Amino acid sequence: MTVTAPESAPAAELPPSSGTRLVDRVFKMRELAILVVFLVMIAVTQAGNSEFLSEQGIKDLLLNATILVLVATGQSLVVITRNVDLSVGSTLGISAFAAGTYLHGGGNPVVAIVLAVLLGVGCGLLNGLLVSLGQVPALVVTLGTLYIIRGVDSIWVGSRQITAADLPGGFVDFGSGGVSAVPWLALIALAVLVATAYYLKHFGSGRESYALGSNPEAARLAGIPVRKRILTAYTFCGALAGLAGALYLARFGNVDSGTGNGYELTVVSAVVVGGVVFTGGSGSVYGAALGALLLTSINSVLPALGVSSVWVLAINGVLLLLAIAVDRIVALRVATALKKSTAKRPAGDGARRPAPEKGSSRNA
Amino acid sequence: MTHPSDTGPAPVLALEDISKSFGAVRALRDVSLRLFPGEVHALAGENGAGKSTLIKTLAGVHRPDAGRVLLDGEPVVFHGPGDARDAGIAVIYQEPTLFPDLSIAENIFMGRQPRRAFGRIDHRATRAATEALMRRLGVDLDPDRPARGLSIADQQIVEIAKALSFEARVLVMDEPTAALTGSEVARLFGVVRTLRDQGAAVLFISHRLEEIFQICRRVTTLRDGGLISSEPLDGMTEDDLVRRMVGRDLDELYPKQDVTAGEVALSVKRLTREGVFTDISFEVRRGEIVGLAGLVGAGRTEVARAVFGIDRWDAGGVEVDGRALTNGAPSTAMAAGLALVPEDRRAQGLVMGMSIERNIGLTGLRTTVRAGLMDRGAERSRSLDWAVRLQVKYSRIADAVSTLSGGNQQKVVLAKWLATGPGVLIVDEPTRGIDVGTKAEVHRLLSQLAADGVAVLMISSDLPEILGMADRVLVMHEGRLTAEIPRAEATEETVMAAATGRAAA
Repeated sequence: MTVTAPESAPAAELPPSSGTRLVDRVFKMRELAILVVFLVMIAVTQAGNSEFLSEQGIKDLLLNATILVLVATGQSLVVITRNVDLSVGSTLGISAFAAGTYLHGGGNPVVAIVLAVLLGVGCGLLNGLLVSLGQVPALVVTLGTLYIIRGVDSIWVGSRQITAADLPGGFVDFGSGGVSAVPWLALIALAVLVATAYYLKHFGSGRESYALGSNPEAARLAGIPVRKRILTAYTFCGALAGLAGALYLARFGNVDSGTGNGYELTVVSAVVVGGVVFTGGSGSVYGAALGALLLTSINSVLPALGVSSVWVLAINGVLLLLAIAVDRIVALRVATALKKSTAKRPAGDGARRPAPEKGSSRNA
Repeated sequence: MTHPSDTGPAPVLALEDISKSFGAVRALRDVSLRLFPGEVHALAGENGAGKSTLIKTLAGVHRPDAGRVLLDGEPVVFHGPGDARDAGIAVIYQEPTLFPDLSIAENIFMGRQPRRAFGRIDHRATRAATEALMRRLGVDLDPDRPARGLSIADQQIVEIAKALSFEARVLVMDEPTAALTGSEVARLFGVVRTLRDQGAAVLFISHRLEEIFQICRRVTTLRDGGLISSEPLDGMTEDDLVRRMVGRDLDELYPKQDVTAGEVALSVKRLTREGVFTDISFEVRRGEIVGLAGLVGAGRTEVARAVFGIDRWDAGGVEVDGRALTNGAPSTAMAAGLALVPEDRRAQGLVMGMSIERNIGLTGLRTTVRAGLMDRGAERSRSLDWAVRLQVKYSRIADAVSTLSGGNQQKVVLAKWLATGPGVLIVDEPTRGIDVGTKAEVHRLLSQLAADGVAVLMISSDLPEILGMADRVLVMHEGRLTAEIPRAEATEETVMAAATGRAAA
């Protein structure tokens, strides 16, 4: 679907800047493509099952996506710096249980959420310090912390369980309530998402995160505080995983030592499907959020269409590969387009007839 | 600082008795350097002489073990590249240091973007400032274009724009011309002269001696980490400079032996790759060195890649010793006796983190095998043999190639391919970024190979090298072969005319 777009784009452009505009378009297109896939999927499902988009149906879709959107937003920040955080599932689990235990003891819900976030910040700091100081690949480091945090969680929690009955009623209501079809939790996730996107685009440290992922050596030479940026990204990612833990508790009311187990892979899938490039430097949190929305919606779409949910995993996998394939094809096409736009202006030689070539630029 | 430098103004930046060691290697020993405003200063020396270490000390990447850095006469300590930049020192490295995913404007202003209220980046001001810089440099680059895909010349323009953007007082350029064509070099020098006239101190490094004489006023020479001399270039000859760099008189730089060409070894017929090159036909005979000249981007490297089978061709064919090669199959090309020494040794020629031994051994993975397993002993002796024959300078054969200087890395790439005993050798920019001493060695080696009956196709942007080494010169322009010039008729004028498409072939 997106594959054909780059081809037709340059035709409408004037040659001198077609390279730039094309790139712009393609990257916007990348997020647009997921949105289109998502909307088509929803439309098809609605056509097959008119109950699907009821108020409750929409609410469920949004609620299901909320937790993943939050964690994927944090993960994007880390992936943009050319790292990865595999410990988010464990962090979510332990934060959720901590918040639950505190609430069970009669604590204030707001303090409980803050507690979960702080616990997440702690886990993020640990990851960030290990990755930035240890010079060890993030994949390995966070695989280690994944097990450490999960292990601590298991020792602490044992066979205990928090259920909705242990939680204050207001907290559980908050987890399922909202403004008509839009749940509170989704609004929180949206606020976090918009704020993060704004930060990444408009603040120096946000741009430096992209720079760092795009070329770490150049970032170091440009005087970017590399370790600080990595530490910030992990801390932020941990904080959002912690927040997601608290919201998980509010949404499901049911937490044990296995909560969030294996979640990191879903998160990474959402981020990659959303067009955040795994080698860093490129992609947006909006894309990651759309990826999260797409992946979670499949869970609701299949039952609504009468398809067994055993298909969900396989379909997620196909989407992931498809996303990577599309990225690759788009990257190749963009590279060709950029080369052509450079070739049109005789490289570095302004004196050599720059003008007459305009006419012949469409000789793909 | 408006006085001309000969009335003796204070140096803007000075290094005093700097020493720096990496482990047991003493990269710099008591080196001093003084840079004056309004002057282009050359830093000369062979690869491994300590030039890069010196630059990185200036740039705040390395901290000297001993000695002082003085800025306007005041001692300063750079804790990182940011400190050096804030002090007004801009370094343009040999390897471009851009962010491919970010726009040109962001590349220039990264870390120093104009701000609006609450510390937000002023994207519009960033863009406008970039446009102003591009106008000042007289180039036409779109500030919003990502840096990915820019030519090396344009990447350097972006780096210079970066230096201009913070009004750098000291500009260090590490081999900026290595990958540029003649006209691009001229454009670069124009910019450098402008900066100099505006009072900047420029430290210029190049292996092309004529460029040093063209643009520099003084020269500091390093050899084996030590300071040899720091003196005006006035009255010096190229030979004087080479003697200081090498420590001895250099044998002839282009030791081309006369060889009678044998039968055709490589025959390329009407080779076409759509949109890249068209209708390329030529032959290379045993004992011949054929030069392939042209501007960067003319399609020379692409032809070599297609001949070797890395890229597929759309029409035509390639024969080695009369046998047709399979389209897009490097393994059959290798089996037929073809070897390709690529242009970019770091990215394509070597596995940087692997040892010298293993790198040379890579092309022998099929032959140094016993009972289906790698014969490490055979690999080692094969690698040692070639490393010695090419006089690679290393401390241990098990050291990673990344520890070697550029010239020695290039020798390892050559060794890797010569070890296959090729009948046809394609070398792409064999001496780019290599010091004169090693360059002469590479040339002698190529000449010797040809004398031994190897057919050599040499792609080079270094015109003197083409003229000095090639029996015949092929010239490409915009994807087409525009001229074939025998050695006797090849001059800078005839080759450049064909390369720029000014003359009909």
